Amino acid sequence: MTAFLCRLWRTLRAPSVYFSLGTLVVGGFVAGVFFWGGFNTALEASNTEAFCIGCHEMRANPYREMQPTIHFTNASGVRATCPDCHVPHAWTDKIARKMQASKEVWGWLFGTIDTREKFLDKRLELAKREWARLKANDSLECRNCHDFAYMDLTRQSPRAEDAHRRGLADGDKTCIDCHKGIAHELPDMSGVEGW
Amino acid sequence: MNPLKRTRPSSAPASCVLVAALLASPVLPAAPFDSMRGQVPVDSEPQAPRMANVENRDLRRERNYPMQPPTIPHKIDQYQVDLNTNKCLSCHSRRRVEESQAPMVSVTHYMDRDGNFLAEVSPRRYFCGQCHVPQTDARPLVDNTFEDVDSVLRRVRSQRGE
Repeated sequence: MTAFLCRLWRTLRAPSVYFSLGTLVVGGFVAGVFFWGGFNTALEASNTEAFCIGCHEMRANPYREMQPTIHFTNASGVRATCPDCHVPHAWTDKIARKMQASKEVWGWLFGTIDTREKFLDKRLELAKREWARLKANDSLECRNCHDFAYMDLTRQSPRAEDAHRRGLADGDKTCIDCHKGIAHELPDMSGVEGW
Repeated sequence: MNPLKRTRPSSAPASCVLVAALLASPVLPAAPFDSMRGQVPVDSEPQAPRMANVENRDLRRERNYPMQPPTIPHKIDQYQVDLNTNKCLSCHSRRRVEESQAPMVSVTHYMDRDGNFLAEVSPRRYFCGQCHVPQTDARPLVDNTFEDVDSVLRRVRSQRGE
């Protein structure tokens, strides 16, 4: 094994014998474009709702529950898809989340939540993970669309205006503190702060 | 002899009349009857009324009698009230009103039927929507002549000449 690695290292260090510098540079560039383009396309393909609900776990549970909510059907027809809320938009955060998601592939392979009952049993754990993530990043995925700077409080209902003025404006609260369970059903909330 | 058997139509002409009546299209009475579904024959679909909007002004409404459960002055779309959780109580329970500034559910909700006070909302009062409902801007389908007790008393007193 060590001998193989040494041989590989010597080959990589040696100058090219057969190919011109131009071939290597241009070839490397073209291969790089294809590799990066392919990577990005695959990344984007895995970042669509169609991909998420390709598994029945997601289609039969969170996706079905989301359908009557305001984030799926509303007056203006603007809607959120799974990755809008569950995958960060910035590149590094997105890659970090995608790496965490490899555990979800494991869960899918071994059927961790492949029945409604298993999903309900595990829901509090899964929900807590999302609440913690949104709490830690100050509800970034909410704020990608709902920017407080552009929120016209005077057009909100009085109690919404009051809550946003007291909690959100001075920054001691973030969206997820109050808006849990707006897009999916809630698990048993006894012991959860604020319930 | 069985009395039921005597009333059953057994002759041929009688059953012919019955079949003819079943085949004929429904006949509406000459004087239109009052129906909440409107003057639409039963075999056709009436035009559904527009969906009413829920009042969302957050202003408490008058109660028609002292024991009336207060109506909800805001939207409750998608509020989850089930075995797992109660969205209403996340603002209106004893522990939550300081932060939410919502009115606390009345103390009767913390009593069991024998009048003992409990630490949590009594299970028989858990499902808010059984008594409390939001109001819409829909036009009432039937007239209402309800008079509250104060106006009844005033009328009676004025009739007596008090």
